[in-house]
Amino acid sequence: MADAALGQEVAEVAIPTRAQVLVRMRLADKAFQYLTHAMALGVLGLLGCIIIALFIGSLPALRTFGFDFLLTQRWNPVTDKFGALAPIYGTIVTSAIAMAIAVPIGLLVAMFLTELCPLWLRRPIAIAVELLAGIPSIIYGIWGLFVFAPFLQAHVQPLLIDVFGEVPILSSLFAGPPYGIGTLTAGLILAIMVLPFITSISRDVFEAVPAVLKESAYGLGCTTWEVFRNVVLPYTRVGVIGGIMLGLGRALGETMAVTFVIGNAHKIAPSILAPGTTISATIANEFTEAVGDLYTSSLIALGLILFAITLVVLALARYMLLRVERRLGA
Amino acid sequence: MDISLYRRRRRRNWMAQFFSLAATLVGLGWLVLILAVLLWEGFGGVSSKVFTEMTPPPGSDGGLLNPILGSLIMTGLAVLIGTPVGILAGTYMAEYGRYARTTTVVRFINDILLSAPSIIVGLFIYEVMVAPMGHFSALAGAVALAVIVVPVVIRTTEDMLLLVPNPLREAAAALGMPRAYIIRHVAYRAAKAGIVTGVLLAIARISGETAPLLFTALNNQFWSTNLNAPMASLPAVIFQFALSPYAEWQKLAWTGALIITLAVLTLSIVARAVTASRRPS
Repeated sequence: MADAALGQEVAEVAIPTRAQVLVRMRLADKAFQYLTHAMALGVLGLLGCIIIALFIGSLPALRTFGFDFLLTQRWNPVTDKFGALAPIYGTIVTSAIAMAIAVPIGLLVAMFLTELCPLWLRRPIAIAVELLAGIPSIIYGIWGLFVFAPFLQAHVQPLLIDVFGEVPILSSLFAGPPYGIGTLTAGLILAIMVLPFITSISRDVFEAVPAVLKESAYGLGCTTWEVFRNVVLPYTRVGVIGGIMLGLGRALGETMAVTFVIGNAHKIAPSILAPGTTISATIANEFTEAVGDLYTSSLIALGLILFAITLVVLALARYMLLRVERRLGA
Repeated sequence: MDISLYRRRRRRNWMAQFFSLAATLVGLGWLVLILAVLLWEGFGGVSSKVFTEMTPPPGSDGGLLNPILGSLIMTGLAVLIGTPVGILAGTYMAEYGRYARTTTVVRFINDILLSAPSIIVGLFIYEVMVAPMGHFSALAGAVALAVIVVPVVIRTTEDMLLLVPNPLREAAAALGMPRAYIIRHVAYRAAKAGIVTGVLLAIARISGETAPLLFTALNNQFWSTNLNAPMASLPAVIFQFALSPYAEWQKLAWTGALIITLAVLTLSIVARAVTASRRPS
């Protein structure tokens, strides 16, 4: 009896037919596909949303000041007059200093890692460089504020002022009292920060040079430097420029490291020893204290400008690196 | 043979090699110097108080308990929000849409978002969350961090799924498995180590992010677990304390900086170890 009852119960549970199972599987499959597709498109949506949100946020400032916003230096929260020229100038100058220092050093380090370094040492150094690239920028900022800026103030800046004091153009570039903090300090900190990025990307592209090319050059009697200069660099030009632009993108948008040491002064000084400001430092320093719609909106407009600049730089960088990848793939 | 030309070339080569070595020593030495100062200053302030007491008012002793807790809460929440989105989007790019035009575009945009300035993310979340809600909140901070997590996870998920050999998928398909099932039970399983690495790297990335938190989660002097209110975080506290004139605060800022750096380095090394152990040599 028990057996019969059990049999009956089992029979009552609806066993899905083959067709039903297939339909359910197909539905689940489609659902999962649409879900992943939606998330991927969400990335595009995210970029769009960021641009739209920043644009809407900056509308009051753009409407009030118009194109003048880009061209004036005044930044006066009391009279509600704002212009972005000083932060834009500071952003460009600090990044330029950073790239002028980090690019040659980064390329030379990458050359060392791919051409000169003993094999057993390559991996440890490469890993060290990549770990250092991951150190948060606030660490560089606090080091810059407490260690680097006082050091520059006490030893390097007086020297610069003395040495270049009599040289016509350079004297105004290195003029003024040694504050410690300022545009030059921010540029130097940025250089230290982007160095690992440039090194690690250049190393990757240098390593992709076919050994045959280098060996033929060595076979002709080229020195290491000549091989690097005339074979490796021309072959990897696009990739190296891509890597440099990626580093530039970082330098332009870097916030915390700069905010600590730039001095936050809204004026364009001819001397790079003087305090200045950058777009990101202005936003970080003033946003929470900004009262009034126009002030907030001006800061968001600064953010929009920064985003536009970095988007262009990063897009170019990625495009160049993509070209390298395609060539390698082909 | 032109001896002078030969000598000149040799000399130039020596100089280039010397500068190359010097650049490496200076570059690495510089970075080591920063770490050394950080260890020196940071360990000077480490005590049990750091992990048991709240941030102090100016001029008195205290610890970093509330910012540590705040950082953990917001980082955790950001990973919870960002990881599923990133993994699903990466799945589309590597599986369903591997050859689709969308994928190329999404990959390009994602790579740009990967290195976009993080302060922009802070402004964006301020506009869409903080301003409409009318107040700063830990939730907004977590969402801002999640926006940074997503591109990192997408990138690694896609890369790792592309490394999974196709015969595995074909074998599963030959057994009659539906596509979604193959992805979830075959591809994910094969790429697990890589995807975990991506999540760890994302955590490392956001645990030091300051700029997106400044005007989303703001800061908080007190113990708070309320997601709808401002919350302290280690980076924000370091920022505030380091720029203050009080010696006690500056000391705590160094200690906080040390904690963050050690956390980030540990995460990156663990992430490396996870991939290294799974990758066949």
